[in-house]
Amino acid sequence: MAVLNDEQIMLKDMVTGWARERMPVTQIRSLYDHGGGGKQGEGPGFDRAAYGEIAQMGWTGICVPEAYGGSDFGSFSLGFVLEELARTLAPLPLLSSGMIAASALVLGGTEAQKVLWLPALADGSAVGTLALEEGAHHAPDTIAMTATQTAEGWRLDGLKRFVADGMGADLFIVAARSAPASDTADGITLFLVPAETAGLTREALDQIDARRPADLRFDGMVLDARAVLGEVHQGGRLLTALLDRAYAGQAAELLGLAEQALETTLEYLKTRVQFGQLIGSFQALQHRAAEMFGEVQLTRSAVEAALTAIDTGDAETSSLASLAKAMANETAHRISCEMVQLHGGIGMTHEHDAGLYLKRARVAEQSYGNLSFHQERWARLNGY
Amino acid sequence: MGRMFTLPLRLPNTDATHKNEHKHLGGAMDDQQFRQEVRAWLSAHFPSALAGVNPLIFQGDARAAAASTDFQTWRQAMADKGWGTPTWAKRYGGAELPEAQAQIIAQELAAIGAFNPIRSYGTMMLGPTLLEFGTEEQRLEHLPKISRHELRWCQGFSEPGAGSDLASLQMKCVDKGDHWLVSGQKIWTSGADQAGWCFALVRTDTSVKHNGISFLLIDMASPGVEARPIVLISGSTHFCEVFFNDVKVPKGNLVGQLNKGWTIAKRLLQFERASLSEVKTDVVPLAPIAHAMLGTDPEGRIADPLLRGRILHNAMRHAAYLQTVRRLSEEARHGGPNNGVSTLKNLWSGIVQRRAELMIEVQGFDGLGWSGEGYSKDGLEATRALLHSKAFSIYGGSYEIQNNITAKRSLGLPDR
Ligand SMILES: Cc1cc2nc3c(=O)[nH]c(=O)nc-3n(C[C@H](O)[C@H](O)[C@H](O)COP(=O)(O)OP(=O)(O)OC[C@H]3O[C@@H](n4cnc5c(N)ncnc54)[C@H](O)[C@@H]3O)c2cc1C
Repeated sequence: MAVLNDEQIMLKDMVTGWARERMPVTQIRSLYDHGGGGKQGEGPGFDRAAYGEIAQMGWTGICVPEAYGGSDFGSFSLGFVLEELARTLAPLPLLSSGMIAASALVLGGTEAQKVLWLPALADGSAVGTLALEEGAHHAPDTIAMTATQTAEGWRLDGLKRFVADGMGADLFIVAARSAPASDTADGITLFLVPAETAGLTREALDQIDARRPADLRFDGMVLDARAVLGEVHQGGRLLTALLDRAYAGQAAELLGLAEQALETTLEYLKTRVQFGQLIGSFQALQHRAAEMFGEVQLTRSAVEAALTAIDTGDAETSSLASLAKAMANETAHRISCEMVQLHGGIGMTHEHDAGLYLKRARVAEQSYGNLSFHQERWARLNGY
Repeated sequence: MGRMFTLPLRLPNTDATHKNEHKHLGGAMDDQQFRQEVRAWLSAHFPSALAGVNPLIFQGDARAAAASTDFQTWRQAMADKGWGTPTWAKRYGGAELPEAQAQIIAQELAAIGAFNPIRSYGTMMLGPTLLEFGTEEQRLEHLPKISRHELRWCQGFSEPGAGSDLASLQMKCVDKGDHWLVSGQKIWTSGADQAGWCFALVRTDTSVKHNGISFLLIDMASPGVEARPIVLISGSTHFCEVFFNDVKVPKGNLVGQLNKGWTIAKRLLQFERASLSEVKTDVVPLAPIAHAMLGTDPEGRIADPLLRGRILHNAMRHAAYLQTVRRLSEEARHGGPNNGVSTLKNLWSGIVQRRAELMIEVQGFDGLGWSGEGYSKDGLEATRALLHSKAFSIYGGSYEIQNNITAKRSLGLPDR
């Protein structure tokens, strides 16, 4: 990976050690019912206690300025934390809260909003997440949920679906349509909605990765003007900036997942014997492994470039973020399939980790845009 | 749990004898100033007629190079400046620059569509090898000519019976007291008919395989050497079969120790693979050609949606590949280990070959002409480029061989 400075090396070692000790794959496994799906009717779908621990170590405040209780290490650093934690499929809302929600406030918040939320997001006492999707696919350009301007401020009506970490979140960043799109305004406004706000009901979904996202129903929810994040009717730019972080961050998680899936598979190739020899000595399997290794290299480069671009404010950020997510989707997809296949029968059992990687990979691939979404976006940004 | 995914590659520093310890505080400032100097010098010396010209025309063909006065002016200027081999010591014809400044020269060349006219088998393969394994006499004899690109070298490794299994090579080399006597055949020797010299692998011990190979420098003008060109599918005749009939070679032309040539060859092949997968700045972007040939939909997108999807897939892999080269050279500057070259070479050949195929598909029948007025110049070039690109996954160690290397060295998978 890219060359790290001393602080980053320390941070990375710390994360690796902690994940191995405190967050082995058995943690995510413990959220599963037998055979798959999350345990019904329980918990937020992530590990609250562990989230408190990583907050104490400062990882939740990496994208938060020092003035608000963070370390301001930047997206690149948070990226490799996400990557390391994804190696063990750690069920933590760090991407949702530490990257996306925190960035929403940093980039769009008023001073009062920052003071109210950033220290809480940084110290882990609050978890934030983005409530964007309304259907089964990532579709930031077709937001339909309505925000109506009223005498008191605003009224929100509609449905947000598949909200990541939604059952445990304390704060939602909600994107709603406040006006029709026009030449001068995109018509989108973002809102800060605390989970206990009247007019909000949430329902848990039993997702294959045991991570319990939520469906949110907004029923005539009344908000005052201070709930608006960023500019009224002009939320599209802020949303794009947030989504670029979401794409790069989710790609970093997929990269970590894919690397670990490949390493675990390689371990198996070096121990399993058939026909009197290690299966890793079969050339057909060696070449598949070598190709997967190459894909991981391409993906790592794209992910690191995107995260770096975010930190430097590069004009190519959106293009690189979509490149990263597209590459990461494909690589994690391929390797999670091969992980099951190259383990043979054992790979099909719930007892083995391969299934957990496959399930988490599919959810992370779908989250914040599938392959064709990012190919199309990259294509438009690059004149294809 | 093994962690083998970081720092996989070290691109070769072209001068092993010259460790570039220029880490004083003013480094960044000096680099900025140096960049200005390079720009000024290039604008004064690079013949503008050569901008955007594919350097392979001259690299692959000595006659084309000799016939172009622009090329000769440019070669002369870069040779005098030592910037074709910027990190080499001055006594070898280099400019003794640190790696960071060599990169700046490369970047500034690319920025104006220029190329390094000195780049050759000599600079990419033999030079680095002599710096690591040659004697001072051998370096002083050969490196200055390489750094001026005054004569060409060819690589006499492959034989009819020894391709991927290179170490099975048989070309005989016998110690005759005051000289070596060489006899046998090489094949697929690129540019052998235009080369002044050949660096060859020869068999000096028939009783063992790898430990019976030596690395020898042979003057192609020696009596008994005969190179016959072979026609490729692209119509080019750039490689040859070469016959050696009792060729006398001076004793001093042995590089390294007797029977230790395999170690040198492996190192040289690493240099070769690394140079093969360096960023090609001359890739033609597919979008404008696709727009022109296939048309656009009302939203300005390439009109054939299925082909567009495949073009995109390749274009994005290419973008990720460029980021990979950038990342790995950055890591190499900070001294990572040395086994990712095979992975990089396979990524590169795969992406570039696919690209060449897409270019033909975009051009349809226009991309399938061999010659004549009925075809556009772009179309004719694309055809040749496609046919030529098939070699990328064969030479320098085939795709399959590179995967074998990655599996064993990078991933630690077992032998049978
Ligand atoms: C354009 C061009 C330029 C060249 N220039 C030079 C040059 O200048 N000097 C020089 O010395 N050589 C040169 N070569 C030769 C090149 O290095 C060889 O062609 C190459 O090493 C393959 O050897 P081969 O042709 O004998 O194929 P073979 O080794 O016979 O391979 C045939 C097929 O079998 C596969 N194969 C072989 N072994 C294995 C294995 N263990 N596992 C899986 N698959 C395997 C190969 O990948 C290939 O697909 C050049 C080749 C080309 C095409």
